[in-house]
This record gives sequence, C-alpha cells and structure tokens, in this order.
Amino acid sequence: MSTQLLLIQALNGLQFGVLLFLVAAGLTLVFGVMDFINLAHGVQYMLGAYLGASFAAATGSFWLALLLALPVALLAGLALEWLVFRHLYARDHLAQVLATFGVILSLNQLVRMVWGSAPLQVPVPALLEGGIQLMPGLTWPTYRAAILLAGLATAGLLWLVVERTRLGALVRAGASNAPMVAALGVDIHRLFMLVFGCGAMLAGFAGVMAAPILSVEPGMGDTVLILAFVVIVIGGIGSVRGAFIAALLVGLIETLGRSLMPDLMRLFLAPSPARQTGAALASMLVYVAMAGILAWRPRGLFPVRAG
Amino acid sequence: MLRVDSLAAGYGHSQVLFDVSLGINAGQVVTLMGRNGMGKTTTVRALMGMLPALGGRVLAGRVGWQGASIIGQPAHAIARQGLGLVPEGRQVFPTLTVLENLTATARPGPWTLPRVLALFPRLGERAGNLGARLSGGEQQMLAIGRALLTNPSLLILDEATEGLAPLIRAEIWAVLAQLKAEGLAILLIDKNLGAVMRLSDHLVIIEKGRSVWSGAPEALAAAPEVSQTYLHV
Repeated sequence: MSTQLLLIQALNGLQFGVLLFLVAAGLTLVFGVMDFINLAHGVQYMLGAYLGASFAAATGSFWLALLLALPVALLAGLALEWLVFRHLYARDHLAQVLATFGVILSLNQLVRMVWGSAPLQVPVPALLEGGIQLMPGLTWPTYRAAILLAGLATAGLLWLVVERTRLGALVRAGASNAPMVAALGVDIHRLFMLVFGCGAMLAGFAGVMAAPILSVEPGMGDTVLILAFVVIVIGGIGSVRGAFIAALLVGLIETLGRSLMPDLMRLFLAPSPARQTGAALASMLVYVAMAGILAWRPRGLFPVRAG
Repeated sequence: MLRVDSLAAGYGHSQVLFDVSLGINAGQVVTLMGRNGMGKTTTVRALMGMLPALGGRVLAGRVGWQGASIIGQPAHAIARQGLGLVPEGRQVFPTLTVLENLTATARPGPWTLPRVLALFPRLGERAGNLGARLSGGEQQMLAIGRALLTNPSLLILDEATEGLAPLIRAEIWAVLAQLKAEGLAILLIDKNLGAVMRLSDHLVIIEKGRSVWSGAPEALAAAPEVSQTYLHV
C-alpha cells in the first residue's frame, strides 16, 4: 500500500467520520438529555437519503432536493416523537429498545413498499463532479471533500449553539441532570422535542449527503446506527464534543482498517485467506477500539453525568 | 403562601410520607426537622412535583400555593410559580461554567446576575470555572445563587450547610438571614440546631413520615423532651 492510497483512505475515513457525527450528535443528546434509547435514529438517516433521492428525481436538482428534504426530515422526526417516543420516556430502557426496534422494522418495510427493494442511485450534483488534485497524480472526489467540509461546518455551528448559547447551556445541563433542570422551571419535554427535531434533521442531512456516494436502500440506517452507538459510547453519552472526536476516530479506524488489514495479513498469509481474515479483523477493529477506550475511561472520553 | 395538608407519598411499593402538614406565610422562615430518613427531603420533592421523575408519587393530601392546588402539576410548572429549590447535595451542573449555571435557568425579576454576584463575590471570581471544579462551599453558593436567579417567592433549601467548613457555613447563614430580612420566605431542612433556632419563625418536626410537632423555636427550647424524643440521636 502506497502513502498516496493511505492519504486517500484517511480522507475517506474523515469524510465517513463527519457523516457518522451528524447521526451521532442527535443520538447522544437524546440519550443524554432524556435517558431515552432511540434505536430508530438510523431510520432518520435512511429517510433523509430516500427523501433526497425522491426530491432529486422529481425536481432534477440535488440542491432543491436537499432544501426540501431537511424540513420533511424534521417533520418526520417530530411526528415519530409525537406518535411513539413521548409515550416511552417514563418507561425503562427495555421498553424503549423494543418499541424503537419496532419502528425500525415498520419503517424499513414502509420504505420497501413505497420505493421498492432495489437500491436507488442519486447522481452527484454537477457542481461537485470531478476531483480535487491533492498532488500530481493524486485526486480525491470533489463531492467527498464537500461532504467533509459541510460536516465540519455543521459541527462548528452545532458547537457554537451547544457551547455558546443559553439554549445550549440548558441542553448540557439537561444531559447531566434533567430532573434538576425541570425543578428550576424549565419544561424539559419541550427542550427535548427541540433537541429531538434537530437531531432528526441532522441525521436526515447526513442521509441526503450520503445518497450520491452510497446506494440508497432499505436497512441502510441500521449499520450506521450501530456505529453511531459505538461513537456516542466512546465519546461519552450526552457529549457533542465527545461524539465529534469519537466519530472521526471510528470513521478512520473503520475505513483504514478495511483497506489496510487485508494488506497487513498478506505479510503472513496467502492472498485468499489474507483477504478473508483481513476483512474479518477489520470489521472487529472498531469494537476492539471501543473496548480499549472503555477499559481506560469507562464513561467515555468526555463524560457529562454527575457522580 | 404554601399550605401542605396531610401529604402522603412514596416510591414504588414503599411509602415514605404518611401524614405531613405544614404552612409558610409570606416572609417567614420555616424549618423541617427530624432525623435522617424521616421524610424531610421526600416532603420537599413531593411539593415540588419532583417525585414522578424519581419513580415516586403522591398518594394523598393537598398542596396549596397562593390559594391554588399545585399537586399533580409537572415540576417545571410548579417552579415557575415561584418555588426556588436548592437541592440536597447541591446538584450544580458539572459541565456548565459558574456563569452558565447561574444564567441558564434564570427568569427576570428583582434578582439579577450582578446582585447575586454581590451576594457571593466568590462566584464572580470563579465565573469561568466549571461547576465540577468548585469546592463544596462554592457549589453551595452557586446552588443558592442559581435558585435566586429564578426569582422565587419561596426559597427551599435542603441541607444547605451540610458538610461545609465552619467559616463557609457561617457565611451561608449570614446570607440566609439577609434574604429573610429582605422579606423572602424560606423553607429549610437543616440539622444545625443553634442556627435554625435563631433564623426560624416556625419549626415542624417530621418523624417516620408524619409531622408530629410544630411550634415556634421558643416552644421547642421550652420543651426539652420534644427534642429528646425526635431530634437527638
């Protein structure tokens, strides 16, 4: 493996990391503020991708599709909160996991019924076609760079809101001690709806942006959801900063692992078994990293809970 | 202004309060007394509407605030009507700075940030520090300042001087005396008999979830058998 390929894979890893962050940000806040486990958060990502694909096909413009998909993703999130999730806050985690898993199954099926099982393709917008020349003979797709930049910009904006505004202070306070925030006169459920809506929209945003580089298909939210959970556990539940660092870390480990491990195994094994063991090891790598980090810091990199 | 009648409450299958009654008039300082585990904190949580969030519920009784019943209302709605809580264990927000702790939940009224910082100059010096980095005394000042900035008409302090150094403790008592002099009503839970007797207008003793004795500090001083029975360990 050349250093050039390594650089490309590292950039791809970062780009995957910011997408993960957009999904994980909402998840960590919802889990942190309301102690609510929302397995259906990955569905929001899938929904974003499908909405983006449909609107792009209907309007012929990726940008118009993005503009339309965001408010619809927000509304879908609020509707789910209203219909299902708000009846679960007072329940234990098992009830939440079962109910939100039910939402995954239902919505995956709904997506199959509406859009069919075949993957949809979304063309890369004309403005972002082609590649950026990093060095002579080495280009990286412009669209991936755009995702990376948009993700970083969104992360920066989110950081500003969470760390520098009174609303953000309330969200952080809620993540560490929600009953106390309520006892000081703040309607924690309304705060939660706001967080939930924004989280759903961010996940939808990630889905729309991922649509041109991935195949849009039912169940695409499930793999992202599992990695997003790894991200928020590593980062510290309720911590946006932790989610950001952990998302980049997981994105890098996942992407680099998949491309490096088979090569690494080639040093010891014949090509065919090297490919197989390499792929198997690569898919374990993220979880090994999580176990290592939790052994070192049991409450994640940036714990927010008191005590 | 606050009237609690025959309150009964508990968590899950264990009942903690059986029959608690107390009243506070405007400008009064009333102290709940009694040994540990007798139901003082549960009384505060029940009247603040905090039990549901902790898996508990009110079983019977009435809580009246300014003449209207507040039982069954969510905690935030009760707090907004003018009840400011300084909870057991301070519970400052660890990941917020001192300034954010004070302002995040503030509501407009006579208590402003400069006024709270004048009351506790230490908080001004540590404005940018995280709640988790403060000493116990500073956290206590922060919890009081945070409650004052919600501009309550009744301040409720649950063990506000517990575990503090004597000097800090004296500072807290001086502040409470000052707040009382300014006309703020205060509901206290505290074991510091001497200071409580000096500050309070009225005492209520809780024993095994029942309010068993109430009266003026002088009445308690004149009845050593009462404190012998309910307060001494």
